[in-house]
Amino acid sequence: MSIRTEEMVLNMGPQHPSTHGVLRLELTLDGEIIIKVVPHIGYLHRCFEKHCEVITYPQVIPYTDRMDYLAAMGNEFGYVIGVEKLLGIQVPERVEYIRVIMAELQRIASHLIAIGTYGADIGAVTPFLYCFRDREKILSLFEITCGARLLYNYIWIGGLSHDLHPDFIRLTKEFIKEFKSNLRELNNLLTYNRIFIDRTANVGILPLETAINFGITGPMLRASGLKWDLRRDDTYSVYNKFDFDIPVGEGKMGTVGDSWDRYYVRVLEIEESLKIIKQAINSIPDGDVTSAIPKKIKPPVGHIYSRVENPRGELGYFIISDGSTSPFRVKVRAPSFVNLQIMDELCRGHLVADVIAILGSVDIVLGEVDR
Amino acid sequence: MKSFEEIAEIIRTNFSDIQIEIKSVVKFEPFLVISSDKIDKICLYLRDYPELCFDSLVNLSAVDDFNGTKVKDEQGNETMTGGTMSVYYHLESIKFRHKILLKVITDKDNPNINSVVSVWNSANWHEREAFDLFGITFNNHPDLRRILMPYDWEFGHPLKKDYQNPEFYQGMKIPY
Amino acid sequence: MIYEFFYNLTGNSILSGSIVALLPLFAFLLPFVLFAILLERKVAGHMQDRLGPMRVGYHGILQTISDIIKLIQKEDIIARDNDKLFFNIAPVLTFTGSYAAFAVIPFSSIFLGVKIDLGIFYIIAVTGLVVAGILMAGWASNNKYSLLGAMRSVAQIISYEIPTILVVLTIVMLTGTMSLIELSENQIGYFWNWYILGGPEMSLQKLFLIPFMLISFIIIYISTLAEVNRTPFDIPEAESELVSGYHTEYSGMKFAMFFLAEYANKFAVSAIIVVLFFGGYQSPFGYLGNSLGMTWLVPIEQFFWFISKGIFFVFIQMWLRWTLPRLRVDQLMAVSWKYLIPIAFVNLLIIGVISLF
Repeated sequence: MSIRTEEMVLNMGPQHPSTHGVLRLELTLDGEIIIKVVPHIGYLHRCFEKHCEVITYPQVIPYTDRMDYLAAMGNEFGYVIGVEKLLGIQVPERVEYIRVIMAELQRIASHLIAIGTYGADIGAVTPFLYCFRDREKILSLFEITCGARLLYNYIWIGGLSHDLHPDFIRLTKEFIKEFKSNLRELNNLLTYNRIFIDRTANVGILPLETAINFGITGPMLRASGLKWDLRRDDTYSVYNKFDFDIPVGEGKMGTVGDSWDRYYVRVLEIEESLKIIKQAINSIPDGDVTSAIPKKIKPPVGHIYSRVENPRGELGYFIISDGSTSPFRVKVRAPSFVNLQIMDELCRGHLVADVIAILGSVDIVLGEVDR
Repeated sequence: MKSFEEIAEIIRTNFSDIQIEIKSVVKFEPFLVISSDKIDKICLYLRDYPELCFDSLVNLSAVDDFNGTKVKDEQGNETMTGGTMSVYYHLESIKFRHKILLKVITDKDNPNINSVVSVWNSANWHEREAFDLFGITFNNHPDLRRILMPYDWEFGHPLKKDYQNPEFYQGMKIPY
Repeated sequence: MIYEFFYNLTGNSILSGSIVALLPLFAFLLPFVLFAILLERKVAGHMQDRLGPMRVGYHGILQTISDIIKLIQKEDIIARDNDKLFFNIAPVLTFTGSYAAFAVIPFSSIFLGVKIDLGIFYIIAVTGLVVAGILMAGWASNNKYSLLGAMRSVAQIISYEIPTILVVLTIVMLTGTMSLIELSENQIGYFWNWYILGGPEMSLQKLFLIPFMLISFIIIYISTLAEVNRTPFDIPEAESELVSGYHTEYSGMKFAMFFLAEYANKFAVSAIIVVLFFGGYQSPFGYLGNSLGMTWLVPIEQFFWFISKGIFFVFIQMWLRWTLPRLRVDQLMAVSWKYLIPIAFVNLLIIGVISLF
């Protein structure tokens, strides 16, 4: 006697605790084994690119905040660099240093969320709250700098909206000191936890060639074993003045490019960011942060592709100017958007529980995927 | 690492029968203009030619050039007819660290470009997005559906410059 | 026993039977659940660097009561495509299964629902109802997540029952009794008489038994964790994967029934461990009532010790839950079939050999 079996289609999301927002995954299952994953996106589409065509260049900055809302500083940074290149502005040294400090603090905050929510996806809720506790301190640093905790509108074309708060450097040093021991505690609690390793090592292995062909960037690409970081390889701002490593996946617990590697690269990147911040706050020059802000922002006809290393990968802005005060076209190359494509490739043959583990290690922000 | 001119020269010598236009007069970024039915072949060549090795498609952006001829109807409303749309391909070689920008120009009334998904998988969603927001058809694309807009959106492609919002969508008033 | 006491008081067997049946529920289970839910939230809060509920009452002690009031007020939603009969029976069945176990759990030498010789056997049999209830809930909900959760749950409970039973068998073989009250009575005296430390007999055999009893305890603790679906084995409810597993579709009081059953189960398995390894209701240091000459105090002390030991193990369950991540389905099965069952089996053989001498 043969039993008739059929595949089951399981709809994960858009309302689901672990899809990190409003992602909908259509899973085709054989029992609990994944045969196919079809991501459906667009639930958070807010017409960023259409908006850009009718507002002026500085007005775009607050909108960029709302794309990758966990790394708003990085979003502003990339856009502003592009417009400055179009305009041909040279910004003061102090501005560059502050931008780097902010971007790296933001990278730590963003990676903390990635790590914490990943732990929560795997079932460990406590590390999640530890991460949020530390992130809260970074947000307070942002708050004393520009008054906002999540969406800053801080980095402006040609400068910054405010100079640093007089206490900022002292508080940042205190934060770094305190955070280092917290990070050790987090590693003991989650990173080297046997169950956590069992759940993530050898799950969702991403070979380097596939990663490059799929255009994967950021920690995911580095976890597959390639030392590729735009901060070093296509350097921008003042990153070439700092000394930092680029952590890559080594397959310490399993195979190179598995979920554990992707997770661990983020942990190591936090330490590298701390290094950069330390160097930057020790050598920050004096100066006026608003002196280079142009009165009238009207770039000449032309186009530019500017890109920065955001916590989730390469964030690119393709800006076309037609010589008026508002951009003719802004296309955003969102890292999460490109990285999410790989889901089907990574998940096939794994169990339903692994989908969560893989999705968490891809680390998407739906605000950026849908824009 | 090769400069833009060297890369352009290599392409020109190997594809003598294909019309390639080199534009470096525009400010900031020089680019090559390639015809829409040859883009997939050139991309495959660029990826596989050992001295170029463009293994990564960084970005693919479609643009409505908005350069048609303006026509005035009886009421005095201006509408655009004709014109072109273009797609920009930012390629990068991770191995050699060189970059190039390709541009494909297509007719706005019947936008039609060969897909490069077979060359780089990362083009998949980029091309779907271009289809969704601009209505550009990519030939041989494995799964050309809408991606950001709802699947049942039947009021056109929103990033076209002459796009008009519909009054209602599923009974909901849109300009609220 | 307590039944005889009420029978003498009322003279009616049905009435006294009902009183005895309801007594653990109102005298113990409901207060325990109220306390345990608050404890869970407080433990979680303090482990996670926050305070937990603070608003309702002093340090939030009335939080659970307000939650229950909220649950009672909630609409009982039954979706159109639910299998209504099974959907309604499932929570009742689940709760019955876990509550029925309390009939034979000896809270103290006199507070005991019914004294039967096959107490431990009865518990293992009757908690099987829980499996049926869970599967019923998963099926009747007509929801894929519920179904997956229920299937996982059933697979998990059935696999982990085997190591549990093997360990229980070890104790039964060693002592020759299945009666929980007899097991408790055996361990009278001081804490070195507990079975975790080799049992009451003072001999060389006891020394040999201690390491293997520890192994038995660890096995049964792990497998009971899995049987009550606690982290790291909370796969059926895996919040981040299956939303809530088999009780996703339930609301209001039916959900509360599942919740009640879960917490009742938590205590029931802790109680079994306490009886098997930690002296049951016996005090570890002798009784205050005996030394003061007030023998009526002894059962109250016994009750206190039993509850304390039970809650201690419930606390450890909570501690683990807020520390560890969750295993995957196949790893969960591997833990049971590849490690726990062979170890438990070898352990059973060794203890059998030791007890021969």
